[in-house]
Amino acid sequence: MTTPIELEPRSAATARVRLAAEGVRLAYDERVVVDGLDLQLTEGSFTAIVGPNGCGKSTLLRALGRLLRPTAGQVLLDGQAIAKTPTREVAKVLGLLPQTPVAPEGLTVGDLVARGRHPHQSWLRQWSRDDEAVVAEALAWTDMTELADRPVDALSGGQRQRAWISMALAQGTDLLLLDEPTTYLDLSHQIDVLELVGRLHAERGRTVVVVLHDLNLAARYAHRLVAMKDGALVASGTPDEVLTEQLLADVFDLEARVIPDPVAGTPMVVPVRRLR
Amino acid sequence: MATTVEVPARDAVRPLARSRRARRLATLLLLLGLVVAASLASIAVGTRSIGLGDVWRALLDSDLSTEEAVIVRQLRVPRTVLGLLVGLALGIAGALMQGHTRNPLGDPGLLGVTAGASLAVVLAISVFGLTSPSGYVWFAFAGALAGTVLVYAIGSAGRGGATPLSLALAGAALSALMYALVRAVLVSDQQTLDSFRFWVVGSLAGRGADVAWQVGPFIAIGLVLALVNAPALNLLGLGEDVARGLGQRIWLARAVGLAAITLLCGAATAACGPIAFVGLVVPHMVRALTGPDHRWLLPCSGLLGAALLLGADVIGRVVVRPGELQVGIVLALIGAPFFIALVRRTRAAGL
Amino acid sequence: MSVQAPEREVRPVRSGRTVRIGPVSASLRWRDVVVPSVAFAALALVSAVSMGRGDFPIGVVDVLRTLVGLGEGPQEFIVLELRAPRVIVGVLVGLAFGVAGALFQTFARNPLASPDTLGITAGASAGAVAAIVLTGGTSTGAILGGLGIPLAALLGALAAGLLLFLLAWRAGIDGYRLVLVGIALWAVGNALIDFLLTRAEIYDASSAYVWITGSLNSRTWDHAVPLAIALAVLLPLSLALNRVLAVMQFGDDTARGLGVRLAGAQTAVVLLAVGLVAFAVSAAGPIAFVSLIVPQIAVRLTGGSRPPLLASGLVGALLVVGADLVTRTVLPEALPVGILTAAIGAPYLLWLLVRGRRQFT
Repeated sequence: MTTPIELEPRSAATARVRLAAEGVRLAYDERVVVDGLDLQLTEGSFTAIVGPNGCGKSTLLRALGRLLRPTAGQVLLDGQAIAKTPTREVAKVLGLLPQTPVAPEGLTVGDLVARGRHPHQSWLRQWSRDDEAVVAEALAWTDMTELADRPVDALSGGQRQRAWISMALAQGTDLLLLDEPTTYLDLSHQIDVLELVGRLHAERGRTVVVVLHDLNLAARYAHRLVAMKDGALVASGTPDEVLTEQLLADVFDLEARVIPDPVAGTPMVVPVRRLR
Repeated sequence: MATTVEVPARDAVRPLARSRRARRLATLLLLLGLVVAASLASIAVGTRSIGLGDVWRALLDSDLSTEEAVIVRQLRVPRTVLGLLVGLALGIAGALMQGHTRNPLGDPGLLGVTAGASLAVVLAISVFGLTSPSGYVWFAFAGALAGTVLVYAIGSAGRGGATPLSLALAGAALSALMYALVRAVLVSDQQTLDSFRFWVVGSLAGRGADVAWQVGPFIAIGLVLALVNAPALNLLGLGEDVARGLGQRIWLARAVGLAAITLLCGAATAACGPIAFVGLVVPHMVRALTGPDHRWLLPCSGLLGAALLLGADVIGRVVVRPGELQVGIVLALIGAPFFIALVRRTRAAGL
Repeated sequence: MSVQAPEREVRPVRSGRTVRIGPVSASLRWRDVVVPSVAFAALALVSAVSMGRGDFPIGVVDVLRTLVGLGEGPQEFIVLELRAPRVIVGVLVGLAFGVAGALFQTFARNPLASPDTLGITAGASAGAVAAIVLTGGTSTGAILGGLGIPLAALLGALAAGLLLFLLAWRAGIDGYRLVLVGIALWAVGNALIDFLLTRAEIYDASSAYVWITGSLNSRTWDHAVPLAIALAVLLPLSLALNRVLAVMQFGDDTARGLGVRLAGAQTAVVLLAVGLVAFAVSAAGPIAFVSLIVPQIAVRLTGGSRPPLLASGLVGALLVVGADLVTRTVLPEALPVGILTAAIGAPYLLWLLVRGRRQFT
């Protein structure tokens, strides 16, 4: 009893909870999509939310990002009710990228990234040297400097997603929520985007939550998986704990083998057939 | 273990961006030049042409009482100032409206401004027996305000609040209703029609300095609100989700924008009657030059609106001398072919 | 986003019921059937009532008897010669405006697009107002004007429509470009009208204003027959475009991918809509806002993703005939029908908006 137990630094037990959902119910009009869900996201974590189409992953992400107000329960950002925090204050801490965002025609990459500085600007301080430096760095960090003067709508899908991530980086938030950032990208650009997000987490210390469809990529890049089905949280833990053959059957109606990824050692799903 | 990233030296950053800024600045200066030229022409040209030298003397020496000096000071200058104000207001209101509705058909009149003002003017003529344009001003302005408030109230009453679509449809339907009332009066009351038809064409003629003083303050407030609204409008262009994610309060941005549109377009309509063309067309022209950044788009639209309105007014005074063609008519007849040519040449930038 | 049912039973592949009669099969949603059916029944009833109303009231049964050839004496004359043409012009005009509005709104993917906002009715009005104002109020001029006004309106509408088509055409018609060109034409047409009205004698201006508002007063078979012939050709062709429109709604590339010959389809949509409007407007004037409001009402009734053609036409006809009935019976003073269509249609659309279930974009 007297010997203090050494805890690993930054273990799940001690790391600060940055973002939490407490018994949230989420609905569009009368249709309840998510009900009574609890989730905690700790400082410096990299979480992927997975689940079949229509299970409420994107809805949950919207609620975590304050885009959707829960009809019951609440979302806490650093212990404060997010619904009661001013929009601008939230935007300084939490950035988000919706699914397939669209930029106005003719908007250049540089201008798009510059708009990420909005939460830090005011009427007296519209475009400071800091803003300039942060935008230049965000562009450089995402390898977009060369393309800064190209219109966003003239870019390829992979470049466009990079431009949006660059904007999120320029926003300079600790937390970053991404809704299916790899949609419509080929495999190498999917890897490209996830490497970029992984570097944001590893090198920039960002707390990342990402909704992903590809389980193998989710297992490789995220440190924690959260599996959802029919609006409820089914499993949560490391990729090894979550991606089991039983869970794949329960959540995805999928018979599959799970083997170690020959490259990263993370679990890899090899589908056999669809159940039912 | 953060890897350092090579940040290019500040001055070497994006030479192309600098050239684009230079181009925007050049556009702004060009438009300013156009406005000055149009203003001078508007003071010098008319039923009686007055040389620039005489104009200059009349402006400098307030004691000069030659006929020219009196015309310049009492007729031409007030008319020019009013044209400037109204053109500025309509151009900016149009750009705001298209930015908020993201609809190329979004002219400020869509919010119920024109229909409300028309209804109020018809009432002013038929019930209160007013017959002079400067007498209608307050009626028209009150009608414009009431029209917008009504459109906004109904457009935001449904589920999901005030979306661009619900506002546009509510505006179209309410305008239809208000025009129906206008027509109900006009088809049965010839006297009212006789006055109304000269108001509804849109004209700068017969409005003195008093009208400019009446609407000026509202246009000034509207201009400030519009410029405040520009950064928010830029964010809304990225979609409401992204805008909210970047810390923009959507309802606030919409409210400020709508207030600005109402003040600008309401005041302009009150002063000159409905001139739809400027608000509809000018922003499309300017967007081709400045791109989608509203911090440039709004002021440039205002300047082009002012230059066009004054230019059209001058042409209207010249073509049927000694008579006069109303500015609203000249604008459409000359502006429309030019606009169509622009639409066909460049792929007009979407909203 | 469509509502997904969570259960996983076997469900029909389309959100409708498949109807098969011999080799013919079609998939129908019940609201696509019920709304036009109800609108049609209401239209028939209102039309019959309307033919019976007036200084010499006739019961609905007698009206129907007269229509099938069993009427006698004065009744036959009143129904067949005085009232039937007026009601039939109303029905046809409403059909044409409703369908044309739905065509334009689907094509431009813009709920504000209509013959009104795209300048076609403005062209017609400019033609008609020119005919009224330039021939003057003289007696010979009035006779000439009486014959010439429909023709001038028809020419004005066709000219505006043709300009719209040609100026918007550049290796196909982009919906966006169509709208922008339409704005410009609308502005020109309106400027011409305003100009003519300010130059006219006030008597001419007044009768021109009634025409602009749209009226069914003293319409005869001379108005109804040409319109009926034109619609007999144009309406079936327009309705046949329904399936193509359903695909064009997804965008040009998808439509091409699904085998639509885009340039041909675009030409057909625009020219048919222009034709419908031109003949309708020459018969009754631009009954304001019908083509703008009715498709939005119809899409909220049927609950689809775009304004339905047939239902828009029938609702349009019902609105015009119903408004005409109201102007002739309820109101103390006979107002042009164009006022009542807006006064009835606009509040109804507003009510649908406020109650709003889903939105058409």
